[in-house]
Amino acid sequence: MTIRRKEPEMNARTEVLDRIRRALADVPASERPQDVPVPRRYSHGGAPPTGSAAAVELLAERLAEYGASVHLVSTQDAASRLGRLVAGLGPGPVVVPRGFPPEWRSTLDPDRVLTDVPALPVAELDRAGAVVTTVAAAIATTGTLVLDGGPGQGRRALTLVPDVHVCVVRARQVMASVPEALAALRPARPLTFVSGPSATSDIELDRVEGVHGPRTLAAVVVT
Amino acid sequence: MSPAPVRNPSPALPSPHGTMRIALFITCLNDTLFPATGRAVVTLLERLGHRVDFPPEQTCCGQMHFNTGYRRDCVPLVRRFAEAFAGYDAVLTPSGSCAAMVREHHGRVAEVSGDERLSAAVRDAPPVYELSEFLVDVLGVTDVGAYFPHRVTYHPTCHSLRMLGVGDRPLALLRAVRGIDLVELGGADQCCGFGGTFALKNADTSVAMCTDKVRHVLDTGAEVLCAGDNSCLMHIGGALSRLRTGVRVMHLAEILASTEKGPVHGAEEPSPASWRDTERTKTP
Amino acid sequence: MNDATFLGMPAFPAAAAGALRDSQLRGNLARATGTIRSRRAAAVSEQDDWEHLREAGRAVKERTLRHLDRYLLQLEEKVTAAGGTVHWARDAEEARRIVVGLVQDTGEREVVKVKSMVTQEIGLNDALADAGIDAYETDLAELIVQLGQDHPSHILVPAIHRNRAEIREIFLRSMGAYGTAAPADLNDDPRRLAEAARRHLREKFLRAKVAVSGVNFLVAETGTAVVVESEGNGRMCLTLPETLISVAGIEKVIPTWQDLEVFLQLLPRSSTGERMNPYTSTWTGTRADDGPRAFHLVLVDAGRTEALSDPVGRQVLNCIRCSACLNVCPVYERVGGHAYGSVYPGPIGAVLSPQLRGTASEVDRALPYASSLCGACYEVCPVKIDIPEVLVHLRARVVEDGRGRLVPKPERLAMAAARWVISRPARLTAAQRAGAVAARLVARRGRVGRLPGPLSRWTDTRDAPVPPAETFSAWWKRTRR
Repeated sequence: MTIRRKEPEMNARTEVLDRIRRALADVPASERPQDVPVPRRYSHGGAPPTGSAAAVELLAERLAEYGASVHLVSTQDAASRLGRLVAGLGPGPVVVPRGFPPEWRSTLDPDRVLTDVPALPVAELDRAGAVVTTVAAAIATTGTLVLDGGPGQGRRALTLVPDVHVCVVRARQVMASVPEALAALRPARPLTFVSGPSATSDIELDRVEGVHGPRTLAAVVVT
Repeated sequence: MSPAPVRNPSPALPSPHGTMRIALFITCLNDTLFPATGRAVVTLLERLGHRVDFPPEQTCCGQMHFNTGYRRDCVPLVRRFAEAFAGYDAVLTPSGSCAAMVREHHGRVAEVSGDERLSAAVRDAPPVYELSEFLVDVLGVTDVGAYFPHRVTYHPTCHSLRMLGVGDRPLALLRAVRGIDLVELGGADQCCGFGGTFALKNADTSVAMCTDKVRHVLDTGAEVLCAGDNSCLMHIGGALSRLRTGVRVMHLAEILASTEKGPVHGAEEPSPASWRDTERTKTP
Repeated sequence: MNDATFLGMPAFPAAAAGALRDSQLRGNLARATGTIRSRRAAAVSEQDDWEHLREAGRAVKERTLRHLDRYLLQLEEKVTAAGGTVHWARDAEEARRIVVGLVQDTGEREVVKVKSMVTQEIGLNDALADAGIDAYETDLAELIVQLGQDHPSHILVPAIHRNRAEIREIFLRSMGAYGTAAPADLNDDPRRLAEAARRHLREKFLRAKVAVSGVNFLVAETGTAVVVESEGNGRMCLTLPETLISVAGIEKVIPTWQDLEVFLQLLPRSSTGERMNPYTSTWTGTRADDGPRAFHLVLVDAGRTEALSDPVGRQVLNCIRCSACLNVCPVYERVGGHAYGSVYPGPIGAVLSPQLRGTASEVDRALPYASSLCGACYEVCPVKIDIPEVLVHLRARVVEDGRGRLVPKPERLAMAAARWVISRPARLTAAQRAGAVAARLVARRGRVGRLPGPLSRWTDTRDAPVPPAETFSAWWKRTRR
């Protein structure tokens, strides 16, 4: 079956590329992509500076506007505040990815913690009450948390199936703008940009929170 | 926020060498159906101390043909326009959409025709201004000494608004009119549904758009709906008239030409009876 | 659900007339587009560099399209190196065959789908059904359309023509037949409706082995695919199944990772009026420890190279499917999406469909005329597609193709006559005189009321002005010489 499809697909590739080249007859053969100017006069960020109090404040404001709960905590208080926050969530196991910082993990109720080592089956994730992770970066202007699957963040399913997602963000990870964040992120990793809890605009084009992803998003920002 | 760039900004001011030679491009629609608008422009300019010429060889900018897809039929019209207005310092027209047609498309029509001489003639043609641009940008006036003691609302027609980017110029001119009660039109930037042959090819949709515009006009309680394009006013006014609303439509030029001496301007005979001058009747 | 479904529909003017009589539809559309217009305006107004972003977006697309072959080859190389497989399809039929074959190779009989314009365009769901494969749409609006056995009418929100009460009815009536039924006490609170969709689709997500998605962007430099969404159904489909098949038009490629920073700022604000949509996923090939084990990318031409060959029409391939042009369009707002006879409705559909499908059908020839050329679409387009320019350009193509053939004869004759008249002042003067006489004959009390024949299209609803006794040029001649 695979062999039967192979041949026409090779032809399709050649033919589509040929069609493109014929369609672009008006483009001079000597033109290189960089000969088509792309003016990048838009803002590249920088204000407020990464990790600044202003950046954290903006992130908190924007996350809250889209229905996330935001908790600004000091480094000393972070562990206990996180412990109290998670303890106050509804019932069910709390999933914690590989590499989650031990000083924070230690405050969670050990009877409820489920570590994703080895990888938990999806049905088990579905029974979990919450997931607690770190982030790779945060974008203040848009109220966005970015996960890249690194230590403390885990594979993508972990932060998707449970109904509550608690994110711990360090102030130094908070950047002002989308361009700054993209420049800092590694495209080879699977990235998830999260801006508030799952939502939809599909009913009368107005925003309603809570569809398939976690319906509760809590950000603990350590300043 | 950085402002949206204007597609066809008001052209550079003509060089001030002696007296400016201004030509009026009346447009075929105004010539045939709305001559009062042309007379108002002439009255207004003369009151402001400027002489206006009317080159008799002019006919039509070709907008209807161009916008309907009859590009080839446009070529002779573009040629005629370039020839009729050659040698003037500025062309003034009381139509936003015709000004936009000339500025945005004449060059393209000439280029596609492959006629080098025509392209050159279009390039060398004088700058074309819509009335409010001409008054505000070229003559530098907003108070033209007009008097019009009526409640007026202004509809910014799409081509004036988006293709020329006339912005607040017409409103600035209207605000300076003595006695006027200028009221804001709801949904002002929504198209009235005229759209040239659109009004015939998609008559049902066109009328649905017009109905909403009429509703907004009636909501203002205005006696007069004003705009810079008689084509749109013909469409909205036709509906206002059919519904016996009593609301009149008037071109911007006609309000600006009005003074304490009265609204009839430059006409040796009064404007003939048309629905535009119909007595105000009670709204049903 | 695909373009074939629309065949046999009347051309725009007649379809629009039908839609305009549906007051429920008009109410739904006016409310929804009104809401999203103000949301978009607010989101855009707080982005100071919006015009610079638009210009960059346009320029990136122009660079891409002018060197499309090169970027597609680079993309193919990077996706392959990262463990993915790239397939090429010349047309819809070939694309359907490839996807159906890939699903059959897994041995599965059902797939979950993320909303994708291109899979609608190529009619994938029908092809899967013919092969005995159930395809479940997971986007809320797509689910509403699928359960209601309806047609999509908007790019972003295919069920925009449905209000909450209608959605409740559809859920109560149909969900049970396809899986978890809606709760019997379901009301029309949007939160409850969203909850019902969550429960209905949950089991499908958790058991799905194969997903089919579209993509918003493909980064040539890195081989990265990007899906921008809101509900989390995209994440479910991209993350949980073992096999992911993503279908993309060849114009979805962008050159570099940096270019993505432009579009991730333009798209959400233009589309849903949000600073950022709730979820954006990016992935590059496959990974052993996260997500699907197999990734197939199907690159589809299906008329795109035809559009590319027209230097004016080419710009429609800039489109990032945000649907801002639909939401501001006064025509779309009043007639809805179905009247456009294509999965791509609204202003962008009016310029895209006739280029992808050609202008052989009456429906496609009518589309470039489905606009008053008000220009609101161009003003909001995040990649600066000059839709009015392309509309007029395609009108010219319809007329040129149709000289002596497809354009109705009365129109051609009228336009020729008009040109003849207005190309000479003397002829214009004669016609003006004749017209004035005729109009005065039919006028009553200063109005021209209802007239028979083609002029009735005007006079059925609008009075016509009575030409005055003296034209402007006659007045000038009489008084100024």
